[in-house]
Amino acid sequence: MDLATPRAPQTIDIAQSVGQSRGYWGTVWMRLRRDPVTLIFGMLLLCIFLMAIFAPWMAPQDPYKANIVRRLKEVGYPGHPLGTDQTGRDMLSRLIYGGRLSLFMGVMPVANALIIGGLLGIVAGYLGGRINMAIMRTMDVFYAFPSVLLAIAISGALGAGIGNAILSLTVVFIPPIARVAETITTQVRSLDYVEAARASGASSLRIIRVHVLSNVLGAIFVYATSLISVSIILASGLSFLGLGTKPPEPEWGLMLNELRQAIYSTPYVAALPGVMIFMTSLSFNLLSDGMRSAMDLKS
Amino acid sequence: MLSYILRRVLYTVPIALGVTIFVFALIHLSGDPINAVVAPDATAETVAKLKKDYGFDKPLPLQYLLWLGKALHGDFGYSIVNSRPVLATLLLAVPNTLILACCATLIGFTLGALLGGLAGFYQGRLVDKLATGLGIAGVSVPHYWLGMVLVIVFAVELQLLPATGMGPGGSSGWEWDWLHIKHLVLPAVTLSVIPCGIITRTVRATVAEILNQEFVQALRAKGLLHRQVIRHVVKNVAPTVLAVMGLQLGYLLGGSILVETVFNWPGTGFLLNDAIFRRDIPMLQGTILLLSMFFVVLNLIVDIVQTMVDPRMRRS
Amino acid sequence: MMAASSQTGAAAVPLLGVRGLTKHFPVGHALFGGAALVRALDGIDFDVQIGETLGIVGESGCGKSTAARLVMQLMPPTSGSIMFDGKVVGSAQLPLKEFRRQVQMVFQDSYASLNPRLTVEGSIAFGPQVHGASARDALALAHDILSRVGLDPSRFAGRYPHELSGGQRQRVNIARALAFQPKLMILDEAVSALDKSVEAQVLNLLLDLKDDFGLTYVFISHDLDVVRFISDRVLVMYLGRVAEIGPAKRVLGAARHPYSQALLASVPTMDPGRRTAEAPLTGDPPNPINPPSGCRFHPRCRIAEEVCHIREPLLTDQGGEHSVACHAAVAGSGHTAAGRDCAAVRPK
Repeated sequence: MDLATPRAPQTIDIAQSVGQSRGYWGTVWMRLRRDPVTLIFGMLLLCIFLMAIFAPWMAPQDPYKANIVRRLKEVGYPGHPLGTDQTGRDMLSRLIYGGRLSLFMGVMPVANALIIGGLLGIVAGYLGGRINMAIMRTMDVFYAFPSVLLAIAISGALGAGIGNAILSLTVVFIPPIARVAETITTQVRSLDYVEAARASGASSLRIIRVHVLSNVLGAIFVYATSLISVSIILASGLSFLGLGTKPPEPEWGLMLNELRQAIYSTPYVAALPGVMIFMTSLSFNLLSDGMRSAMDLKS
Repeated sequence: MLSYILRRVLYTVPIALGVTIFVFALIHLSGDPINAVVAPDATAETVAKLKKDYGFDKPLPLQYLLWLGKALHGDFGYSIVNSRPVLATLLLAVPNTLILACCATLIGFTLGALLGGLAGFYQGRLVDKLATGLGIAGVSVPHYWLGMVLVIVFAVELQLLPATGMGPGGSSGWEWDWLHIKHLVLPAVTLSVIPCGIITRTVRATVAEILNQEFVQALRAKGLLHRQVIRHVVKNVAPTVLAVMGLQLGYLLGGSILVETVFNWPGTGFLLNDAIFRRDIPMLQGTILLLSMFFVVLNLIVDIVQTMVDPRMRRS
Repeated sequence: MMAASSQTGAAAVPLLGVRGLTKHFPVGHALFGGAALVRALDGIDFDVQIGETLGIVGESGCGKSTAARLVMQLMPPTSGSIMFDGKVVGSAQLPLKEFRRQVQMVFQDSYASLNPRLTVEGSIAFGPQVHGASARDALALAHDILSRVGLDPSRFAGRYPHELSGGQRQRVNIARALAFQPKLMILDEAVSALDKSVEAQVLNLLLDLKDDFGLTYVFISHDLDVVRFISDRVLVMYLGRVAEIGPAKRVLGAARHPYSQALLASVPTMDPGRRTAEAPLTGDPPNPINPPSGCRFHPRCRIAEEVCHIREPLLTDQGGEHSVACHAAVAGSGHTAAGRDCAAVRPK
């Protein structure tokens, strides 16, 4: 347990004295910095993000420019370091640009579900009773589907497209986040300091804002980040089935689908998009695991 | 005990009903369902007649009840594509998926239990880190890509195993001979990666928790042989792991579509994929309904068995 | 310095008046038939006078903490009334929020009672801010109270709960309650989790604060020595009912209820001349779901008789504001020892 030793200020300056000891997040950050695995994969993830953001500057060629003559060239072909796809587009550029859509489709649903599911769960957890039952039973109905099936069912019904895929995945992720939020909020609500807050005469909203949120959001957020890796796989999976991104957009899952026939001729090129998905998903997983360890102050 | 089972079953009924409502509502999400059935240039009369035939002109709640009633009697409607009864087609595909999913679960469970057990026993050592790493890799890898990679390695490069299909020459019957098992290897291994990863993590966490309990340390201090400690650990880990395994089986049954697509494996996932692209609404509904009901029932069974097996839960 | 007494009447109006307080919890899921009830409290009555310390003792499960939470309005009673300063809580004369400012509680678990994300001064300042103080005033008040409980604000104000020791945390908890400037403080096992030396410090602090701020205490504990040290009057609870209530010297020195006597005899002592030959209190505390008939203590009572199985004894005044709920203490109850001194009765 880290015990900060605050310097005694010369005057009882309130603002100054608050800054002395390291708060909860300060401790978490310190622990994170010491974990090599988390650091390495955190950096890797950062690189992937930067690559996606700065794609127009980093990609050597136009990802949409097709050239049938140069189709399906292997890795190391002059001018195309990672080869070309089935219509002759440069793989390296498409992989770089592909990160944008793949990351977007992976992170957005979880972000949406975090807000919606988090809200539902916290409300259900704090208010309890009938409202809790109504919300959580509805969540249970969605929980009755395996996530892949649910994603495909909704996407299949809505049709292909990035927006539909994001919507469908958001629906898939709302129930687990809501459930975790409800569990944590219920636990926190029964703690003595929340009872003490209730005994202070504060309104429910104030109690939630001051006492519940700060103790609940961290864990919910970490849980949500652990879902991002699944989301990326599912989003690319939807595109792989033709239910997500539509051609000619570059997106890793869609690229995998398009290159399926190429496994016989240029296997390495065909496998490349999946490597990106794997790396990204792995990094998110390890990062979220690391965060969870760092946040568990008791260990 | 009996009251718990009864309560659990009764509790599942509204959930199952909710599932059916959702599946029913699905097709109405994609616009007027009649558009899936008629040709774009059909006359208004044809459209009206088709509407009446399919029952799309009745009020929604009534449609739902009629649909549900028929489904409970085994009538899932007829495929728009080939006019064959949906349920019959489904039932042909279910065994294929079952074979695949069961094999994948077994492989995943065996590997996962082994890796997780090793990791838990040798906590903090290299074995632990390796096994845990493999477990995390298992849940991070996109299994459809892994399938492609395995096909590249074993079918294209090494030419050891077939790339697609369930039987030699694309045959549709299953036999337990080497010819057919050759086709099963790659898809099953691919699919097994997910349960393997999850079971590794679960087993490792549970084993580590049990070994760290004070009374286990007391047992070791008493001088119990390694073998007996292992037996104790296994006894305590088993209920949790079996529960996870059961759930994973259900998950694979419902989520096999990606792997079946990669390997052209004629199971329910393959049917689902096909139904989506041909906009075969009855087939789509029927498949999703069957698969999700399966999952619901499986969840229920796992819950009940777990309570029966785990003495701690029985008392609560 | 006494807190200003209410304008509503004679000095005899108790600060806290509890009548017939009852709380039943349904337990288990009832699919067919009724659910079982945990009868945590079954009609208790007591008063707390301004400026005194009422100690409440009893074993686990006797309902003391439930009573505390009911008084704090943290959950609704099944039946019964709670009057504060002669007014009904929640009425126009005493809105709930105002009541909350005047009655505060210190909990047992010092760590769980403080929000781990708030600094010490943040936790203390929360209360005053809820009741209208500005952030600046609230923080200044927090610093002032910190020094009153013996913690130097320059060192402690900015710390977090996990950086404090148990004794320090409990001082913070007391400060948090004091920040409301309440009239009544309920201390629910407030020192039970502390080391003995720290416990003594905190108890002395509580006594000092009581004088400085003119407080009234309800002190709940299972530790008889602590209760003896701090209380003016003592209430003994058993299985959701009041067994005995009266001045501390009398209840703890010459108890009249067999349960109280057994409790006192159970306190271990270092005196070799007072060895216990046999356990004064046997058996586990019974289940509040299915309390025994008649007097709830009769299965474990050394002088129980037939009337004790049949009728539940009422709290009757024994003189000197000392009341007991025992047939043996009441003449004409049907108990053979009725009217005589219980201590003189030998078990059969």
